[in-house]
Amino acid sequence: MTSLVARGVGITDRLKPTDLRVGAGELVALVGPNGGGKTSLLRALARIETASGQVEIDGEDVDQAPLARRRQLLSFLPASRDVAWPIAARDVIALGLDRPDQCRLDELISLLDLEELADRPVNRLSTGERARVLTARALAARPEILFLDEPLSNLDPYWVLQFLSILETAAESGQAVLVALHDLSQLHRFSRALLIADGQVQMDEAPAGLMASERFEQIFRIRAVNGAWTIRRAEDRRSLP
Amino acid sequence: MRLLVIALLFGFAAAHLLLPLGSLQEARAIDPGLANLLLIELRLPRTLLVLGYGAVLGISGAALQAMFANPLASPDISGASSGAALGAVLGGYWLGLTQPLLLAACGAAGALATLALLVTLAGRRADTATLLLAGLAISLAAGAGTSLALALAPSPFAFYDAYDWLMGNFADRSLAQAAAALIPAGVAAALLLRRAHALDLLALGEDVAGSLGLKPRRLALEVIALSAVAVGACVSVAGAIGFVGLVAPVFARWISRGHPGRAMVPAALIGAMLLALADLVVRAVPLDRPIPVGVITALFGTPLFIWLVVTMRRRVTA
Repeated sequence: MTSLVARGVGITDRLKPTDLRVGAGELVALVGPNGGGKTSLLRALARIETASGQVEIDGEDVDQAPLARRRQLLSFLPASRDVAWPIAARDVIALGLDRPDQCRLDELISLLDLEELADRPVNRLSTGERARVLTARALAARPEILFLDEPLSNLDPYWVLQFLSILETAAESGQAVLVALHDLSQLHRFSRALLIADGQVQMDEAPAGLMASERFEQIFRIRAVNGAWTIRRAEDRRSLP
Repeated sequence: MRLLVIALLFGFAAAHLLLPLGSLQEARAIDPGLANLLLIELRLPRTLLVLGYGAVLGISGAALQAMFANPLASPDISGASSGAALGAVLGGYWLGLTQPLLLAACGAAGALATLALLVTLAGRRADTATLLLAGLAISLAAGAGTSLALALAPSPFAFYDAYDWLMGNFADRSLAQAAAALIPAGVAAALLLRRAHALDLLALGEDVAGSLGLKPRRLALEVIALSAVAVGACVSVAGAIGFVGLVAPVFARWISRGHPGRAMVPAALIGAMLLALADLVVRAVPLDRPIPVGVITALFGTPLFIWLVVTMRRRVTA
């Protein structure tokens, strides 16, 4: 079953018109060099900017969906962890819900281990703690699609693993999850990987195949030597066909 | 907390309407009709105007702060009040308008022009320094423009005349004047209140708001236009009054648990209360000449403003 169908989504100067289909339950990583267009693709798919093209989720045109419906279709976690106001962590999570739902709120607080932080103003928490609060907000309404921009940055190793398991659980429950990712060591946990550079999807395949390819090394300007990533030298580049 | 604010507001409103009791009793002794006349024709417009203007400052201050994501944005700091004063001065002394509603429109146009200039100069999510400096520059320019317009005005009494009004004065306003200020301001404020939830969501950033189907750019334009109408109409009748729009939302967010949009209703109550208190002080001061209300709000507001800046700086360095 296909969950998300995007046709010709693009943003002037940053993302060339892109087609994409993502099935329910897929855990998709977006990788690529800085400035390549990962965030732009997520933003265009989440219909944040006046992006061209069309996005359908479960056959429903996102741009036409009423406000109350949008929350059930998708949620977006931005790379920025800033919240301008001293809102209690608990209340920030509640902003992700359509109506007050104490049960769901407690569930999310416990899922992200926020019991002790729940009543503290979110702008006084550390960056990693804020990441957990804002992720709980993004998960709150159980949307069909989760667009998460660098959800693993700012997290300690324990929370990186916890987050990956939370995302896997979300995918198993039928949500589609699209994640912009920098840490290649976690790429094997995803079911599919998109390599994005120069404002377009360059490759779209399983993570193992992607990382083994010459194209991947070429675009990232790194190569695997004895299981560790090293910088590709200029002469390596010249030796390419 | 909310109940306390409402109780205090009613207390101040009643005090504002009824004090000093002495003159009411004297009038009643002469003729009961005279006391009613005094109450309805003189005291009531003033009380309504004070409460309404205070509420408008609270609501538009809270809305502007939510939109700029900055607790220092407000009708006065942004230059909107000065712009409204300039608009009303040009309308009154240069175009010769006397209709209160037309003057209110001039005030709204002036406020709109300054707010539009501010967003153009500083951007929607400006950092504090940029916002303050741009607002200061616009306020100074509008203030100078107002002085110039008064100095060169066809009427030789313009300067003297305007002194009583520019920094806030509620004395001798008619019911028609109160209505000219409060009806457009009330409509604009009600429309601002409808955007409370959207402004709360904007606290999560423009991208999250956008992903939820809001249009942050359009929301910003709406907040600016509605605040300009609300503040401009009030300024045209009762002058530019500072600090209430800055301070009321700060206290209101203690009640709204930090939510910037939801803070608009408590900000209205607190703003009305603060301005009623300030106008009571003005009336209680035993001087031959009345002092402008804006002087009182500035005297009490400046220390609060400094406290706000200091706590913000501490938070940034922490």
